[in-house]
Amino acid sequence: MDYLYDLNTFIPATIAAAAGLVVLMQSVYKVKINTIFGVTVFSLVVALLFALRDLFGPVGTSFYDMVAYGGTAAFGTLLVITGTLFCVLISRDYLEAIDHHYGEVYAMILFATTGMVGLAVSNDLIMLFVGLETMSICLYVLAGLIKEEKTGAESALKYFLLGAFSTGFLLYGIALIYGATGSTNYADITALTDISPLFMAGSALLLVGFFFKISAVPFHMWTPDVYQGTPTTLTAYFATASKAATFVALILVMSRMMPEIEGVGWTQAISVIAIITMILGNLIALVQDNVKRMLAYSSIAHAGYLLVGLAAGTADGYTGVLYYLFAYTVMNIGAFGVIAFYERNQALDFTDVNNYAGLGYKQPVMAVLLSVFLFSLAGIPPFVGFLAKYYVFAAAVNAGHITLAVVGVLTTAASVYYYLRVMVFMYFREPHKEFDLVNPGAIFKYALIVLCVLTVYYGVEPVFPMGSLIELLTSYYTETGPAGMAGP
Amino acid sequence: MESYIPIIVLLGIALVLALLLMSLSRLLGPFRPNTNKLNPYESGMDPVGQARERYSIGFYLVAMEFIIFDLEVVFLFPWAVKFTELGFGTFVAMVIFIIILFIGLFYTLKKGTIYFELKPSISNRT
Repeated sequence: MDYLYDLNTFIPATIAAAAGLVVLMQSVYKVKINTIFGVTVFSLVVALLFALRDLFGPVGTSFYDMVAYGGTAAFGTLLVITGTLFCVLISRDYLEAIDHHYGEVYAMILFATTGMVGLAVSNDLIMLFVGLETMSICLYVLAGLIKEEKTGAESALKYFLLGAFSTGFLLYGIALIYGATGSTNYADITALTDISPLFMAGSALLLVGFFFKISAVPFHMWTPDVYQGTPTTLTAYFATASKAATFVALILVMSRMMPEIEGVGWTQAISVIAIITMILGNLIALVQDNVKRMLAYSSIAHAGYLLVGLAAGTADGYTGVLYYLFAYTVMNIGAFGVIAFYERNQALDFTDVNNYAGLGYKQPVMAVLLSVFLFSLAGIPPFVGFLAKYYVFAAAVNAGHITLAVVGVLTTAASVYYYLRVMVFMYFREPHKEFDLVNPGAIFKYALIVLCVLTVYYGVEPVFPMGSLIELLTSYYTETGPAGMAGP
Repeated sequence: MESYIPIIVLLGIALVLALLLMSLSRLLGPFRPNTNKLNPYESGMDPVGQARERYSIGFYLVAMEFIIFDLEVVFLFPWAVKFTELGFGTFVAMVIFIIILFIGLFYTLKKGTIYFELKPSISNRT
């Protein structure tokens, strides 16, 4: 149990936390905001490199079994850091345009990232809780960034109250599980042979806490309001990085903590919630005129698709969910990013879909990017969204959950309507009034182009003969593990 | 049971002493009551009143600073008790912990949390 070795397994989060402290001090001393932005991006790139290294590294636990590294946890770390990096890259110009460009925003993002990584690598219920809270508290602050406006204050307050409420559920669940088993460690809990009603109650409450955080119906009420009131690039951060971290934690809990005893698993509950979430999320999204609310309901629907993979509960299912999370992170940040670009123009209220009329010919690159991301979100073939949906639904079918897959495919078909609606406005309607769009700026534009390239590349990946992402993910759930070492 | 007898004796003495002192002061001292003097907390806050009162946000910021020190002590005490057994790694960890707390404290002080009257400069435009 070497101290530095432990730290090495947790290095991305450590870097993010240290950079957060540096950024905080810099913002007190009124360092130029561009320097702060540079420090943030640099630290995240370094953390990303370490996360990439860990992707192929050994698998195990450190910090007295509190933290898992390698395999699923490493991929979760990578997802979180990637999401954060792209959100930060598109945040600078946007926050400047809405006049809320403070150094503390970056500090908060970095601290939240620390929490998310902690959540995604948790191997103990206490670690899970600490990671979740570190993440949530920073996100509550970020949600209220535009506090002068009613929507901003509402979003912060609503997020805080419901978040605290759901944390209560989660914590009570942890307490009951501890009461029933005498341990908070995943390895100890999974070794149980007889299950008491207390444990069942505890695991149910734990699951409710998770449902709140991933905004599954009927625990989704906060999502649209929070997503609407938060600055758009930070909404992208909420919708992708935090959701990815929570889902990875859920996978770890399901695959490592829940004892493999008949009738103990969460499959039944998750199937039901997945069906309701897919149907309701997509149906309500159909009637939204506000683009951010539309994407909020779409993110609820995507939580439903992700739950389908979890309900399968097989290695295929977990692999599918991880792949889906990657796809979702890439395309959702892209979609929010382009919307943030339009919002930077003060000419019209660009959260209203009616004002997207005629935008397709003004900044053609941006319009094409938005189209690609929306096509991908809708799950149309040459893009990554399609492959992700394919893996998740195929896993559900193989595990015998035909109903789930059928509902998933049908609701996906319905979702095409609201994604394509934006494009119809952009390309086939005449603009209401004349205005010029601002220049997107190099960093902003290239960040989005990189996301677009990822969306397309991973959509056609199986064509290329090189080692693919899905093979790497599958290797996490086989006996040998990624580096030929015995995986869990 | 026998070990509790001293406690009962102590309670008895406390009761007798309190009664003695109160009755002595009533018998020997002058007694000119008014509303303020008869309050449970003399010249303190009103014991009965509206629950919805507005406080200056400054109080919360001070409370936040209190939590910083409070947390520090909560973790420092158990660590200090076992200091010699825990070794160098824990010492480094504790120093890092205190540095992080100090940065938090420093941040709040720099933002002007303790300058109540002078309108704390919450605006953090850089």
